[in-house]
Amino acid sequence: MKKELVELKVNGRTHELAIEPSALLLDVLRQELGLTGSKRGCDESSCGACTVQVDGVAMMSCTLLAAGCQEQEITTIEGVGEHGSLAAIQKAYGDWGGAQCGFCTPGFIMTVKSLMAENPDPSEAEVRAALSSNLCRCTGYSQMYRAIRSAIRAEQLGASSAD
Amino acid sequence: MSEFSIIGKPTAMVDAAEKTTGAGKYTDDLSLPNMLIGKILHSPYPHARITRMDASRAEKLDGVVAVVVGTDAPKPYGILPVGHDEHALALDKVRYVGDNVACVVAISEAIAERALELIDVQYEVLPAYFDPEESMKAQTDLIHDNKPGNLEKDYHHAFGDPDKGFAEAEHMVEARFIANEVTHAAMEPHCTLASFELDPHTGKLGRLTVWSSTQVPYYLQHKLSLVLEMPMSQIRVIKPLVGGGFGGKSEVIPLEIIAAVAARKAQAPVKITYTREEVFWAHRGRPRTIIDLKTGVKNDGRITSVKARVVQDGGAYCSYGVVTILYSGALLGALYDIPNIQYDGYRVLTNKPACGAMRGHGTVNVRFAFESQLDELAAKIGMDPAEIRQRNLLKPPCITVNGLRVQSYGLPECIEKTVERSGWKQRRGKLPKGRGLGIACSHYVSGAANSIIRSDMPHSTVNMKIDRDGGVVVYTGASEIGQGSDTMTAQVAAEVLGCSLARVRVIAADTDLTPIDIGSYSSRVTFMAGNATMRAAEDVKKRIAAAAATKMNCAAEDLAFRDDLVFRKGTAAPVVKKDQAEEMDVTQAGASVSGRVEGQILRGSLQQKRKEEGPKEWMTFEEAVVAAIDFHGALTGTGSYAPPPEARGGKHKGGGVGPSPAYSYSAQVAEVSVDEDTGEVTVHKVWAAHDCGRALNPVSVEGQIIGSVWMGMGQALTEEMVWKDGMLMNAGMLEYRSPSSVESPEVEPIIVESIDPEGPFGAKECSEGSLAATIPAIANAIYDAVGVRLHESPFTPERVLAALRAKRHSKALNLTEGVDPTSPTRFREHGGSLCFKGKGPERHALDPARREAPMSAGGAD
Repeated sequence: MKKELVELKVNGRTHELAIEPSALLLDVLRQELGLTGSKRGCDESSCGACTVQVDGVAMMSCTLLAAGCQEQEITTIEGVGEHGSLAAIQKAYGDWGGAQCGFCTPGFIMTVKSLMAENPDPSEAEVRAALSSNLCRCTGYSQMYRAIRSAIRAEQLGASSAD
Repeated sequence: MSEFSIIGKPTAMVDAAEKTTGAGKYTDDLSLPNMLIGKILHSPYPHARITRMDASRAEKLDGVVAVVVGTDAPKPYGILPVGHDEHALALDKVRYVGDNVACVVAISEAIAERALELIDVQYEVLPAYFDPEESMKAQTDLIHDNKPGNLEKDYHHAFGDPDKGFAEAEHMVEARFIANEVTHAAMEPHCTLASFELDPHTGKLGRLTVWSSTQVPYYLQHKLSLVLEMPMSQIRVIKPLVGGGFGGKSEVIPLEIIAAVAARKAQAPVKITYTREEVFWAHRGRPRTIIDLKTGVKNDGRITSVKARVVQDGGAYCSYGVVTILYSGALLGALYDIPNIQYDGYRVLTNKPACGAMRGHGTVNVRFAFESQLDELAAKIGMDPAEIRQRNLLKPPCITVNGLRVQSYGLPECIEKTVERSGWKQRRGKLPKGRGLGIACSHYVSGAANSIIRSDMPHSTVNMKIDRDGGVVVYTGASEIGQGSDTMTAQVAAEVLGCSLARVRVIAADTDLTPIDIGSYSSRVTFMAGNATMRAAEDVKKRIAAAAATKMNCAAEDLAFRDDLVFRKGTAAPVVKKDQAEEMDVTQAGASVSGRVEGQILRGSLQQKRKEEGPKEWMTFEEAVVAAIDFHGALTGTGSYAPPPEARGGKHKGGGVGPSPAYSYSAQVAEVSVDEDTGEVTVHKVWAAHDCGRALNPVSVEGQIIGSVWMGMGQALTEEMVWKDGMLMNAGMLEYRSPSSVESPEVEPIIVESIDPEGPFGAKECSEGSLAATIPAIANAIYDAVGVRLHESPFTPERVLAALRAKRHSKALNLTEGVDPTSPTRFREHGGSLCFKGKGPERHALDPARREAPMSAGGAD
């Protein structure tokens, strides 16, 4: 298939790339841009390891055409850190055992970021419902809830101290 | 002040940031210049002879570099020395749908995939075997010619006097249990990258480096050496981050060998990554197991005898099968005091992907049967199910009737705590209709006492280096697969040396750099690599202590190491002034101002100053290290661990599997509700008490307990590999039904510390032992809720409904019989047989083809 020139805005940087129209966003991120934080756990949007944000919405990049994401803001796990340090949710995932093997973690963190942006104080049921798009085989999810709680608290404290 | 400064505290994993930022590299995240992509052609038939293969059209496709076939590497291999029955690629026969036939290496994945379709393979289809009990009757068309009756291995053990035991019993129950096949489904699909270097002396392909998602780098190096016919010294295996294993990466998976063979043929680096579907075919999971179990007890609940006949549907290759079937028998012991055990185990070959080791290897399915039956016996004699377990406790230290040595034994406390926390005594029997509580126990080895490759070498060796910078580098072959192995290593090293965790860097699982460790399986790492790390650290510490003692004018034995300080035992730990503390604190970024950059000079002058002061009351860790290095040069130490001979088990045939230096224990209570109209089971909560000896990192221990319980719940309720004529019907994460967050109950982990006399700081395993108890705890809770005993896992709504109907109408309803118009008369969910010789398919009542007379009315269409 003939390649086309596209412009993708990933983590605030614009990249001009020649890609096949059928290229999937996940492959472009991993292979063309070297952003290997988004993982391939399946090929069919069933595991969520490839979750990224497109204009703030959590999307599974394994079934998204890269060419269709032009003029949209794509955020990957590599764009989550704040000013060179861990974001609250990243720190909390480490502290509370939310990540074991870590393969699903970037996808989960992208999903949680979307949830927290939409709903700053979700109930446990809302957290569970939001997380159900992603699969994890290590943790049984329990320690993730604690991590998310703690990240929300940290963000609230951060927000109130900033006032 | 607590006894320890590092261990026992919840600690974030040393690689946590790599994982949460996406910066960490898994094998598939790696690439090399000039790298090619490999794709494997799989067999579409469960059992067939390859009569002709022509890859010329594929080879001619633009972008294809090589097509690899069986004859490129014809040496057989297998994880067990007794089971060398696999080849990199099929030589003449394929034995399951998904067996490996050929591999295309091309410049892109898309081209490789296109080329696969151009390979012309002709098969002569052979009769296939899908059911182990039918497979055992096979006379012809054996799966492996050297395995008559398709029997991989059978064992017949009798310990004590089982018949006498049954004669003494006052109550007996006998039943057949079936646990269906499950798989690991680790989130990271297997991946291998292989690359050869050119040898400067011969100018030909020389050393091989393989990066692979493996739990066992050393075994991989060993098998690569065997198949490629290269010395092990010429092969380097590096394990990057591994995205979960659960046993699925604890042996050599076909793509690991194929990638290396392909790199050799293509003379370029080759990467192969399985698709999710291929991961299901590669499998090596927990076999479908048929368990005929009989247990006898006295009126007081004491078990008198146990008899188990276990048939495992092992799939097409040996894999870990011989070990699995032995574990199933051996681990009937070491949980309870059972005086008489009879065990007959059959590992059977069938035309399905090979089963292997999976979390709780060998013990899980038999434990489901045993704990369910024990519950039934308790009901029969009118005893509390928790109490019947307490009546049968071991009295350690002891050696069980089948030769297993038990020292630390936290089971009594596990039962006590889980009963207490769940409100068992107050709530059981008083819950609303359809809701119930169930209890069950389990245990597991902390590493096998005998390595699968029999030798006298230590199971773990750890090297350590400390140089003038005061940094501690630990070199271990232990494989971090998400369980926290690197963190445990760093913690143990820091605790022994009395230094901060930030000083310790762990270099792991690189066969060129790290000493041999046999890998991450059978929950052996904390116990064995932990002990080796302790010994290595003590080896180095001895030299630091000797140098420090000279400076401090005291005996080396009188020194205490803690919090980056060396001081006399018995004296209070010195209080370090703030500016000094900053100077020492390697974790503080601000410390660089006060001496990080020019550390050597500053430290040197500090030392000079202190020298002038005469003998010291205390020294910093760095000062002590520098003092020792002035004597010895860079400090290095080695420690290793081999299980003690008295823990290696009985002398009977197969007695090598089951023994462990220590066992973990678990007791669980599950609370479930059952919808009697739909048959749906919901698990509300599981209380899981686990005896892990000592919790080195409580947050990790809890994570492992929860993860095990969760995986057990998956097997209990939803997970099942569904087969039809050798085809896997649900090769996808959603179809396989791995539970999501909304389907996962709350698990309350309860840590019990029995402090094992031989474990590192008393630690034992915590990653597998809890899994087995969850399935029977749920089964027993279902019985408590609705009064039916489920004998087949997973407890799907269909099975629960069938059991409820059978109870109501005292007649079982076979839901699957005759529904599928193409099914043989004896339809089995797990495949009938292609060599079916019945009277032909029975049509469903509504199937149009069933109407006898030609349809006159229909003819008008």
